[in-house]
Amino acid sequence: MGNRTALEALTQRPPAFLRSAWTWRCVAYLLGSVVPGAAVGLGVMVVGLAGPPVSLLLVPVLPALVVPLIARFERVRLRLVDTVPLPPVPDRRRREAGVAVMTVFAMWWIDLLMLGFTVGGPVLLILSPVVQPEVVPAAGLVASVAGVLLLPVAAYTITAWGGARGAMVRAVLAPTGSELSEVMRSRARLVDAFETERRRIERDLHDGAQQRLVALSMTLGLARLDVLDDSPMARTLGRAHDEARQALAELRELIRGVHSQVLTDRGLGAAVRDVAGRSPVPVDVDVDGLGRLPAPVEVTAYYVVSEALANVARHSAATRAAVTARTAAGTLAVEVRDDGVGGADPARGTGLTGLADRLAVVEGRLSVSSPPGGPTLVRVEIPCAW
Amino acid sequence: MRVVIAEDAVLLREGLVGLLERFGHTVAASVGDADALVAAVAEHRPDAVVTDVRMPPGFTDEGLRAALDLRRRHPGLAVLVLSQYVEQTYAAELLESGDGAGVGYLLKDRIGDVREFVDALDRVAAGGTVVDPEVVRQLLRRRRDPLARLTPREQQVLGLIAEGRANASIARELVVTEAAVAKHIAGIFTKLDLPPESDGHRRVLAVLAYLQG
Repeated sequence: MGNRTALEALTQRPPAFLRSAWTWRCVAYLLGSVVPGAAVGLGVMVVGLAGPPVSLLLVPVLPALVVPLIARFERVRLRLVDTVPLPPVPDRRRREAGVAVMTVFAMWWIDLLMLGFTVGGPVLLILSPVVQPEVVPAAGLVASVAGVLLLPVAAYTITAWGGARGAMVRAVLAPTGSELSEVMRSRARLVDAFETERRRIERDLHDGAQQRLVALSMTLGLARLDVLDDSPMARTLGRAHDEARQALAELRELIRGVHSQVLTDRGLGAAVRDVAGRSPVPVDVDVDGLGRLPAPVEVTAYYVVSEALANVARHSAATRAAVTARTAAGTLAVEVRDDGVGGADPARGTGLTGLADRLAVVEGRLSVSSPPGGPTLVRVEIPCAW
Repeated sequence: MRVVIAEDAVLLREGLVGLLERFGHTVAASVGDADALVAAVAEHRPDAVVTDVRMPPGFTDEGLRAALDLRRRHPGLAVLVLSQYVEQTYAAELLESGDGAGVGYLLKDRIGDVREFVDALDRVAAGGTVVDPEVVRQLLRRRRDPLARLTPREQQVLGLIAEGRANASIARELVVTEAAVAKHIAGIFTKLDLPPESDGHRRVLAVLAYLQG
């Protein structure tokens, strides 16, 4: 149903939740604690029967045997309440031992008590006409009804505990950050590599094709000086000259799209003014006092502004737009607003989704407010501590 | 006129030398990076410098920085900066240097229009201000509201003033008389509440300052 864990399932509407299998999965999950409970009972019994001095030997040996088995068991049954695969972590053995110790000493009996009370209570109430025939039938009936009404509540209690316990186990086995931050770093490296590559392409085009085209245009210009103005040759040269000019203009736009040299040279403020200056919709720019920011932050913010202004020009029918950028408390906040028709939907992929992906790499956040009829406000926040 | 050229692409540098010499100017030196430019200006004391923005070693804006530096060290030195793309910040920094007299900022593409290019260099050397039409186009797009009060013809004239054209040049471009141009200009300055400036770089700066808002 789209829910990956028992805790997520709790957030559904009650009918959907109660129909789902999550409560039953949690019951199965908690019932599983019978296994470690039995193991503990068996262990205590063996130690007790053996008596000293053998028991002294068994105390360290038994946990060494049992802990890996219980850890494995916890790992497997976690899938009942949490279907997200566990990422590999460096210190897996230590973490598994932690979970096993937690189960052996506390969890197993808490699980069983919890299950006992939440299921046992309503069941006893329902059965009260049977188990307590001496009370007035009416009272017994009321108790039965109350018991039936309490069953859905029990479903919530069980799922909440099952989910919370699963979250605890996950937190010990694979805490957030241990693996995720590595993914972030590698994604950031990838983005960096792309950016370096774009810069190289820009440089190659600038040093190569662009200079040659300027030289060609100049040569054609000089050639035009040497022919009579109304000769056929002049007309041909004129056409060639126009083509060269057109090619230069197109190449310039292409290069600018690949990589913004202004951004590298003068930072985000200048680059935003530049992109705003080229927008067909007039844009008010307020980016004073930004200073230089870490390169990944500047590049990402620049793409956001470029894309947002492109959207303003393409979809919004706005007559005016505004860009503001501020840093406060180590976070860069950029806002692009317009007075257009609104209705921009990040889910429909109007380039906004791509922005969100880029932002994820620098741990930035994108929020869009665009009610039908407008206005539209795109806001991003990017932490600057890199 | 004696000119020093700084441009790192050899093909283009040699082309520029040939172009300027053809129009009767003397190229005192042509160099390939910003440091050599500063040295060449100190040595040859040219009337004007033509420099690319982006040059070795960093390939960012060394040429522009060198130009600004040269303007400080040699007041009155005319500088024409060529850029691969229009950048308002660069234009603004240049116009601020030395009161905006004798500076030019043009897209490299304009070299192809050889006559206009050499004409622009002459104007810069004569203490004028030259701004690329692309810069002006962007500025005109930004200030929409008060500009709406201008007639289409007045808007055209305003754009040409901002590029640094003199009345005669504007008259040629629009194929009208100089008197008609003067009349349009008077109309523009009244409508936009600008100080009346007869001609020259102060008029350009006033219009640009107005457009930059």
